[in-house]
Amino acid sequence: MAGKSLFRKIWDLHAVAKLPTGQTQLFIGLHLVHEVTSPQAFDMLREQNLRVAFPDRNVATVDHIVPTASQARPFADRQAEDMMKAIERNAKEFGIRFFGIGDAHQGIVHVIGPETGLTQPGLTIACGDSHTSTHGAFGSLAFGIGTSQVKDVLATQCLAMTELKVRRINVTGRLRPGVYAKDVILAIIRKLGVNGGIGYAYEYAGDTVHRMTMEERMSICNMSIEGGARIGYINPDETTFEFIRGREFAPKGGDFDRAVQYWKSVSSDADAHYDSVVDLNAAELEPMVTWGITPGQAIGIRERMPALAEFPESERKSAELAYHHMGFEPGRPIAGTPIDVAFIGSCTNSRLSDLREAARIVKGRKVAKTVRALVVPGSTSVKEKAEAEGLDRIFSEAGFEWRAAGCSMCLAMNPDKLKGREICASSSNRNFIGRQGSSTGRTILMSPVMVAAAAIEGRLVDAREFLI
Amino acid sequence: MKITEISGTGIPVEGNDIDTDRIIPARYLKEITFTNMGKYAFYDERHDSKGELRPHPFNDHKYDGAKILIVNKNFGCGSSREHAPQAILRHGIKAVVGESFAEIFAGNCTMLGAPTVTMDEREVIDLMAAVRANPGTSIRLSLVHRTVTYSGKTVPIHIADVVQKALTEGTWDSTRLMLENMEKVRTTAGRIPYLNRFQAAEG
Repeated sequence: MAGKSLFRKIWDLHAVAKLPTGQTQLFIGLHLVHEVTSPQAFDMLREQNLRVAFPDRNVATVDHIVPTASQARPFADRQAEDMMKAIERNAKEFGIRFFGIGDAHQGIVHVIGPETGLTQPGLTIACGDSHTSTHGAFGSLAFGIGTSQVKDVLATQCLAMTELKVRRINVTGRLRPGVYAKDVILAIIRKLGVNGGIGYAYEYAGDTVHRMTMEERMSICNMSIEGGARIGYINPDETTFEFIRGREFAPKGGDFDRAVQYWKSVSSDADAHYDSVVDLNAAELEPMVTWGITPGQAIGIRERMPALAEFPESERKSAELAYHHMGFEPGRPIAGTPIDVAFIGSCTNSRLSDLREAARIVKGRKVAKTVRALVVPGSTSVKEKAEAEGLDRIFSEAGFEWRAAGCSMCLAMNPDKLKGREICASSSNRNFIGRQGSSTGRTILMSPVMVAAAAIEGRLVDAREFLI
Repeated sequence: MKITEISGTGIPVEGNDIDTDRIIPARYLKEITFTNMGKYAFYDERHDSKGELRPHPFNDHKYDGAKILIVNKNFGCGSSREHAPQAILRHGIKAVVGESFAEIFAGNCTMLGAPTVTMDEREVIDLMAAVRANPGTSIRLSLVHRTVTYSGKTVPIHIADVVQKALTEGTWDSTRLMLENMEKVRTTAGRIPYLNRFQAAEG
């Protein structure tokens, strides 16, 4: 009999009951809550006279709507202020731990979970945000959920779920200098498509993934959802355990040693059954950039944009819409495309290592006069650490705005937005039409290093030219 | 409430990979209730930058009162925002028929008692064409028989067994179902290592 995957093991351990619908009632070990998708859920609890079942397994913060220029209260935007008051009241009333403005733990929910040690292997995690898949980097099952499901988790600490199939994605080969985890995941989505993962959990494996730091693994798992996979994960190993050791909410002393035994036990067995296996050779990859309006519409920086004839008929209309929105011409090189805005941030790429790598390029150089550039650290703690290393000065002296922590221009719920048809080189995860706050604005996804290089040149370039 | 059948006229919104930012732009997520979401469905697709109406099925009066939204592949991809199905349903839609759906979007619809059902590409194209040619075409979606019937033609649909059961038996309120199992929830919590200082891992 074949062995079990990590998905199978964690699923079985957390299965509470079979529901009359045939779904599984699955216990959720950690529920992360943020200001935008939770107020309606708390209202529903009040209406139905329900309490939070396991308050100490729920943690809340604010990230989506917070301004990053000035975080002085009350916020200038009244709607944002109302939303802040709502989560503060809800956290207090229902007895949930809350990391608010001014707290070192405040930040993008998918950055602070790992950095506080809350995110650990072998957990089931849920959050009302699709990029919850990020936490799978630790070997957990981490589900993005809607608001009605947020209510379910608050009221019962469970989700009604249907099992997923598991696809193992073997990534092999040494990444060339200047090629990062972001390029790997964009290449995976390009290969498998933005809907290729529907019905699947993605298990990322192979020597390339095994060599990655936790921060790189998080960038990979973060974008699973862009490939249609609701969750993505990586089997935990020594890199994972060492990352967690000593963090505030990590197990201590003898608990930690026992925890490692548990964490090792949830890894996929060598002979585990997979519903699908895919291989990717990463040794040949070059820095990736998107040319269209889905994360799968990506190419290497030295490639030409695809001709319409290259698309199967069913995808041609989407490609035409993408070219129309972007104002690009099929068959042309993408390198050299002028940009207006450079954004380094988001739950994909706003961690300390992202900022360090980008700063290597920025140091001693100036942002092009035609470019508005900003760096938004993923958490208050990332911001403080970066400042202790002097990264803020490197960015500021080059002409980047150095901001406070939040989601910012990834989804533009705060004042950080594109204007009109501006083109943004962005380290975020979605290039959807209107995503960055202007219905005609344009987003080109890439690694933070590529954003930094584009900011300096004022146009898309192969950042490796700066790294030599 | 049991949902076994939905009848009404249709409205086609053509295109693959129509994401949740297109269904409802993030700036409308700043409201702390879902009450107004119906106004914002496809807002940026329906209005130009000056706020003037643009051609879009949701602006086209010939589709007024439609209950069945017809879409193509990977509809609702992107964000987990329940605001997206809330916007569509509060606009008056009761069911969505398409080639495929993003998982979180489809799950959110189920939680709200709205079926998302799939049909073959060819059948979706035909249904869209029929509705465009005659917006008054009456469509009957049977969750019991797993069919769509229109213009004297009956086409098979696919709906996940759990969703079919939840809607036709009126058990899609998962909170209520799961609250009945709270004793089992506590038993499960008792065997999960990280809730018990990893003592279970030793055994």
